[in-house]
Amino acid sequence: MPSYTLSINDQNHTVEVDKGTSLLWVLREHLGLTGTKYGCGIAQCGACTIHVDGSPMKACVLSVDDFSKGERIKTIEGLSERGDHPLQKAWVEVQAPQCGYCHSGQIMQAAALLENNPSPSKEEIKAHMNGNICRCGTYLRIVQAIQLAAQNQ
Amino acid sequence: MLPTSQKNGILNRREFLKSSSGIALFIGASGIFPALVSCSDSKTIQQQFEKHAITAWVKISEDGQIIIYNPASEMGQGSMTSLPLIFAEEMDADWSKVKVEFSPQESETYGSPGWSPGSKMMFTVGSRTTNSYFNTMRTAGAQAKAILLHAAAQHWKVPIKELSVENSVVSHTESAKTISYGELIPYLVAGETLPDLSEVPLKALDKFKLIGHEIPRTEIPSKVDGTAQFAIDVRLPDMVYGVLERGNLHGAKPTLLNESEILGMEGVIKLVPFDYAIGVIASKLEQALKAKSQLKIDWSSSDASGFNSEEIYQEYEKIANQNQSGEVITNEGDVSKALRNASKVYQADYKNDYVYHAQLEPLNAVIQVSEDLQKAEVWVGSQQGMDTKLGVPGILGIPPENVNVHLQYLGGGFGRRSLSDFVEECAVLAKEVAPKPVKLIWTREDDLRYGTYRPMSLQRIKASVDASGNINAFSHTVVGDGGNLVASGIQNDHYAIPNQFADWRSTTHGIRLKHWRSVGHGPNKFAIESILDQIAYDQKMDPVDLRRKLMANSPRALATLEKAVEISNWAEPSPEGFAKGISFVEHGSLGTGVCEISLNKETGEIKVHRVWIALDAGTIIQPDNVKAQMEGGIIMGISSALKERISVVDGHIQQNNFNDYSLLRMQDSPDIIETVLIPSGETPQGVGETATPMVAGAIANAFLQLTGKYLRHMPFTPDRVLEALNS
Repeated sequence: MPSYTLSINDQNHTVEVDKGTSLLWVLREHLGLTGTKYGCGIAQCGACTIHVDGSPMKACVLSVDDFSKGERIKTIEGLSERGDHPLQKAWVEVQAPQCGYCHSGQIMQAAALLENNPSPSKEEIKAHMNGNICRCGTYLRIVQAIQLAAQNQ
Repeated sequence: MLPTSQKNGILNRREFLKSSSGIALFIGASGIFPALVSCSDSKTIQQQFEKHAITAWVKISEDGQIIIYNPASEMGQGSMTSLPLIFAEEMDADWSKVKVEFSPQESETYGSPGWSPGSKMMFTVGSRTTNSYFNTMRTAGAQAKAILLHAAAQHWKVPIKELSVENSVVSHTESAKTISYGELIPYLVAGETLPDLSEVPLKALDKFKLIGHEIPRTEIPSKVDGTAQFAIDVRLPDMVYGVLERGNLHGAKPTLLNESEILGMEGVIKLVPFDYAIGVIASKLEQALKAKSQLKIDWSSSDASGFNSEEIYQEYEKIANQNQSGEVITNEGDVSKALRNASKVYQADYKNDYVYHAQLEPLNAVIQVSEDLQKAEVWVGSQQGMDTKLGVPGILGIPPENVNVHLQYLGGGFGRRSLSDFVEECAVLAKEVAPKPVKLIWTREDDLRYGTYRPMSLQRIKASVDASGNINAFSHTVVGDGGNLVASGIQNDHYAIPNQFADWRSTTHGIRLKHWRSVGHGPNKFAIESILDQIAYDQKMDPVDLRRKLMANSPRALATLEKAVEISNWAEPSPEGFAKGISFVEHGSLGTGVCEISLNKETGEIKVHRVWIALDAGTIIQPDNVKAQMEGGIIMGISSALKERISVVDGHIQQNNFNDYSLLRMQDSPDIIETVLIPSGETPQGVGETATPMVAGAIANAFLQLTGKYLRHMPFTPDRVLEALNS
């Protein structure tokens, strides 16, 4: 079985997995980084959103083979030291999650937005976040939280 | 051995300190004396459970920390906060020192008596949690406080009535003494010497400091940093993975054609046949999924074979045409006579397609069966059930007490997780490889294709008005599979119509069905609220005026109507191209919703821009959380009214995943959902399912205002909207 060394949240992790294994299963089932969620497996829901070299990507459709050349992977566990990223604080402030299952992905998607656009308009937020489904229907609070985090940044 | 000296009824301080850092108060919900047990003595706690119908709701430590146990599932609706908050209110606990944990899944101890008299169930369904546990939690919290006050009174040798409590601190004003709950632990008194606590006084509503105030939800911080644990996140040493191929023809039986090939695949441990599926157990998830994708299966036909969901509406119409009634649900006055003598009769059919739960965490469970097959540990996100052990004892042939269920957070429930099929499947797999734990995962495709849907139905409504324009008869026939799944919400408890009739006419197609958020209320309220507006439109009445008349005998319902009218500026016309629609729903709580829509006449796309809700849910525990439930309920309502649709061809489910089963996304969501909560001191009522069934009626009624046309088939997909426009 091939071995892969991945840079995740500024640490190197080595895993032995079958070629072509989805990065999502590597993160969750092999490395125990379970904050990143499985929702659809076909990049439709965004529950597995992570950052690769700063860009938001859907881990479920990425193959582990493509990430062992030092690409910097960041998951929700690595977003902040103590869960105190401005978005996380804003998320708590507006009580955004309900079941919470999609929210790691939502926050990672939002974090990538604020990296590039520190004060996005409501329309920009909605467009950027449109790939992340929330079945509990917390969309309005997510928008509110992103706006609040942008203000507080 | 109890680590207490029971001789004089007083805890022996030395003995206690030796053994424990905290104490559990076992408090009976029905007049049984409380008992105190050291927390570290889990065996005694277990014995107490077995011996007495007593309830351990709280654990107190000397450092002042208080753990309150939540008996309900947490699926985003907030029970992890609301139930402990009610307890803490009556206990006068310092909320900042409260930690909440799930209670054990033992319904004899933690079941709610609120379902039916004498029953005890742990079942997070029907928006019943807060309503059914409200008195239980209040009483238990007040009993906990009484025990603590009793201890303080004895310790200080003062009358109990001279004591007061605030934030976990007991005070005696005259002597200026104070002592905290934690400091009281050494002075706590065991059961035998306590007064009868079955009739403890409860607080007056205006004394609430937690209930009705903005208290953040306890579990939210863990949901923003990835640490909240769902069952799918559980990992155990030596754990293996299970998946099942169930096909997309419900009930079809599989014949596996390439067993040896699959067994030869890397990591595959075992194949496990089910009546309706082939199970694969493998060392790694990716290996299990790969093997599943390679299965060659010959499927039998099933009860669903030959069924086409699009064509079946013609059959439904024929059933609705029959003179023979189905199961009669409402029969007041004489509808036939009133219809015959009416000034005008209105009739319309409403339809709704199957919809799928789409809870974002696909079904899964982790189960470990002991090597001798006599015990099981279960990690699951479940809405619980009549059987709190979720079918596992039956699968393993062991007594319920040998099954330990560790409830995890639910990544959405919406009714789907009140069925334990997935837990039973996992138990079957875990038995095969005991003592290795098995994580069973349904892929999204499994979850969707082998889903349990809200049934399709046809609603035929005949209603009439008398010479004064008053609605005097209302006949409602629902045709569909599943009894209450299609019939709930068919009654009009808050509309004063003298002659009413409702019946359910049964069909069956072999498609798996289940409660889906608000159950039959969605389709039924859509039909009822739509025909009311049809009548108002035809009679040139304001739809609000028509409902005002109907609600004449129901002041609480009327108050929600008036408030919704006020906050939505109902009387003020919407801008050009926009229109408002109104709808009323009762589902425990009472709510009136108004939405404002626009329409793209070229594409047939409807957009909901703003929503206003006025809600009477009785006493509100967590106002912001109730608003969150309204927001989520509206979004799910818009999603299902505009987009969601499962179709069936020759019994085969046609959709697979979120690429072909669309959910509402952020860009399609309204800009504003404003909720006003009507102040009330009445018993709390459920709020999880009141908003969703408002939506379709309100949209259809706004569409009527905008276009003069009727939308009568959910979902209102662009093709159906264009068809309605061109009708």
